[in-house]
Amino acid sequence: MERNQMHKHIFLMRQSFFDQGLLDDQFIQLEELQDDANPNFVEEVVTLYYRDSSRTILNIEQSLEKNPLDFNKLDNYMHQFKGSSTSIGAKKVKAECTQFREYCRAGNGEGCMRTFQQLKKEYAILKKKLETYFQQTRQAGPSETACRPRMN
Amino acid sequence: MTVEDQKSGLAGEDVARDRFPLGMRVLAVDDDPICLKLLDTLLRKCQYQVTTTNQAVMALKMLRENKDKFDLVISDVNMPDMDGFKLLELLGLEMDLPVIMLSAHSDTQLVMKGVTHGACDYLLKPVRIEELKNIWQHVIRRKKFDSKDQNKSLNEDRALYGTEDGRGFTSTGNADQDDRLSRKRKEQNEDEEEDDEENEHENDDASNQKKPRVVWSVELHRKFVAAVNQLGLEKAVPKKILDLMNVEGLTRENVASHLQKYRLYLKRINSVAAQQASMVAALGGKDSSYLRMGSLDGFGEFRSLAGSGRLSSSALSSYTPGGMFGRLNSPAGLTLRGITSSGLVQPTGQNLSSSINTLGKFQPALLPSNQSASLFQGIPTSLELNQLQQNKCTTRIRDFNPIKDSRGFTVTTSFSDSRVNVGNSPSLLPGLSSNSLVLQGNPHQVHNRGAFGSQSSLGVASLTADAFENCSGGSSNSLVHNQSNESWQGTVQSSRFSLNALPLNEPFNHDQLPSNNLSKSSTSPHIGNSSIDFPSTSAVLAPLEDSRGDVQCHEGMIGNVVHNMNYPSNQNWEEQKQDYNHNLNHTVSALNSLVPANSIVNPLSQSLDQNTAICSKSFDVSLISQLHDGALSIDQNSEVERYALGTKMTPNEDYLFEQTRSLDGFTQNSFGSLDDIMNTLMKREQNQTMLCDGEFASDAYSLGSCM
Repeated sequence: MERNQMHKHIFLMRQSFFDQGLLDDQFIQLEELQDDANPNFVEEVVTLYYRDSSRTILNIEQSLEKNPLDFNKLDNYMHQFKGSSTSIGAKKVKAECTQFREYCRAGNGEGCMRTFQQLKKEYAILKKKLETYFQQTRQAGPSETACRPRMN
Repeated sequence: MTVEDQKSGLAGEDVARDRFPLGMRVLAVDDDPICLKLLDTLLRKCQYQVTTTNQAVMALKMLRENKDKFDLVISDVNMPDMDGFKLLELLGLEMDLPVIMLSAHSDTQLVMKGVTHGACDYLLKPVRIEELKNIWQHVIRRKKFDSKDQNKSLNEDRALYGTEDGRGFTSTGNADQDDRLSRKRKEQNEDEEEDDEENEHENDDASNQKKPRVVWSVELHRKFVAAVNQLGLEKAVPKKILDLMNVEGLTRENVASHLQKYRLYLKRINSVAAQQASMVAALGGKDSSYLRMGSLDGFGEFRSLAGSGRLSSSALSSYTPGGMFGRLNSPAGLTLRGITSSGLVQPTGQNLSSSINTLGKFQPALLPSNQSASLFQGIPTSLELNQLQQNKCTTRIRDFNPIKDSRGFTVTTSFSDSRVNVGNSPSLLPGLSSNSLVLQGNPHQVHNRGAFGSQSSLGVASLTADAFENCSGGSSNSLVHNQSNESWQGTVQSSRFSLNALPLNEPFNHDQLPSNNLSKSSTSPHIGNSSIDFPSTSAVLAPLEDSRGDVQCHEGMIGNVVHNMNYPSNQNWEEQKQDYNHNLNHTVSALNSLVPANSIVNPLSQSLDQNTAICSKSFDVSLISQLHDGALSIDQNSEVERYALGTKMTPNEDYLFEQTRSLDGFTQNSFGSLDDIMNTLMKREQNQTMLCDGEFASDAYSLGSCM
């Protein structure tokens, strides 16, 4: 049926996230927290993440424009950003964060900027994909059994 | 069940309790909204009752409102408004709650830091639900061990302590003036702390399991502070403290960690005082003396307060105690004023001054007074005695009172209540009037002192007395102070005060202070309007002499005292006072020796007694300086000094006088109405040369053989 088709599609999409390393186990943890009391928990958290982290990204960008670079500040921002990213399981984004912090500690401004560009890219990709994912999930209806047979 | 537990507020609580760990009340603190939301959901999933906040200060507020509201706290390490470890420390001190640290970092250093600060667990982000499912064990464990340990009322003490601590905590931020003294002290403390930490670490390594948390009750802490004072802050090592305390079931480790916190607290207070002291230092007084004064400030200020005019003679007497008062005052901010002007105070009062400085404005001074609440209390009484414009002063002091608390001026440690401190400090400044104020403010504080408690005014007196008592030399001062305070209060409470003074002295009487104090007070009345008869001062002075011997011219002692004073717990006050007195004594002796050299030390102290004078001076100075209002007091101090030195120390006198003058000038600036009063008093005093102090002076002189 179409519904099943949709669910299957969603299922595969989700699977690809993990296969491609965009998301990790933490995301599954989020999903597990979603229940009747919190039906849209995952989406809420992710939305919150994108809202909050966009501010941080802006801060980092502004800081990177300064000269000389304040690595300490950058590191702090990135630490915060990394924490949030970790919480939702954004694996690739998290990896970029770690890389960025390495460069910060080394005082490598060039490396920081490069990494940051990469980070932004990953960040945007994930955002898009998750948006699509949630959209389709909502469309498919509240049958989460397809994705999370454990729930219920 | 889960949902019900979570949703049924209080009603559910009882139910939840029965089904512990379900329904356990957790407070989650994290500035990251995502993590917070996640944590919230996870905890609810574990069927706990969750409250979240993204601000540490809010968390503290909530916890302080009702200690029993939560069973467990989970806090992030990196937070913008407050360091997670600081919050951890505060929570540990204020309320006996298990705290779990949360961080994205798994750095060993951080984890170690968490452990040493008292965290019962350290989790890494992202947190897994499995880990959260077991956090209830920390609550059980704590409860189990707590019942074993004593202190139930500890929470209250902790609350007080914690409050002060918190305030002191915030005030540390003010420590932009890193005075030499405070720095030196910090270094000393740091060294000691390092040792402690090492010890603690050793202990941690040695003991595999978690030790039951010791609740530091008032009595326990009092013993602790007494032991520390006895040993001397620099020399206080956990092993010795433990032996001195002689408490069953207390391990060296417990003592070590408590000592560390205590030192941190003192440092915090000191930095405040240091700032104040720096103010005083500006005057050019001796740092050490000032620092000492600092602690004495309450006392010294007292002098100023008392001395504002009339106090001159009494100032002497009060001065000695004033040293204490100075401390008190300074906390109250009173002392600072007077002292700063005196500059002399600076050296000693540094510690105080810094704290007092903060208070300086009168309000800052209050802080110290809070701590030295006890000290101040004594002082306020003197103020009252001073009648000078006690009313005026009182009002001022009152203002301080509130401020004092925040300052965390340790001087008044005993009076954790800011009120107490405030009351004390302000009173010190205006000299007389302020004293009364101070006293008024701090009924709470007074109680700590016992005798003090009864009367705010007396409190001051007693405080001072106590403060003085601690200092071998100083103690006498305090006694005197009390007495003088009483006399000041004159008519009103002199009797009370003296009584208080005495009682206070008793605990601390290092040396024969009690006798001294009595004599002192008599002199104080002499001083000004207060009916205090200063002549007794001489008697007091005598003891001072003795004490002087004891006083080991430790400039830093006062500072230490201040440190001690800063220690928030009320209980500590007494001990601190002792410490303070001890320090005072040291200071006094130091001052005494210094006095001849630098009248700076305590223009006031000189007069009284070399020892006491010094103490008081420093106190006064510090107090004065701090307490802008105390400007007058400074004058008084100078007056007092002059008087004290009077006969004998003519040269000193002049010196002192000059100094006091400088103080006067200084003080004048600071205090408004008080200044006026003080100035008037001072002038009056000066003119009078009524050295009723003369005899006092002579005694002082004798006491202060240094001179």
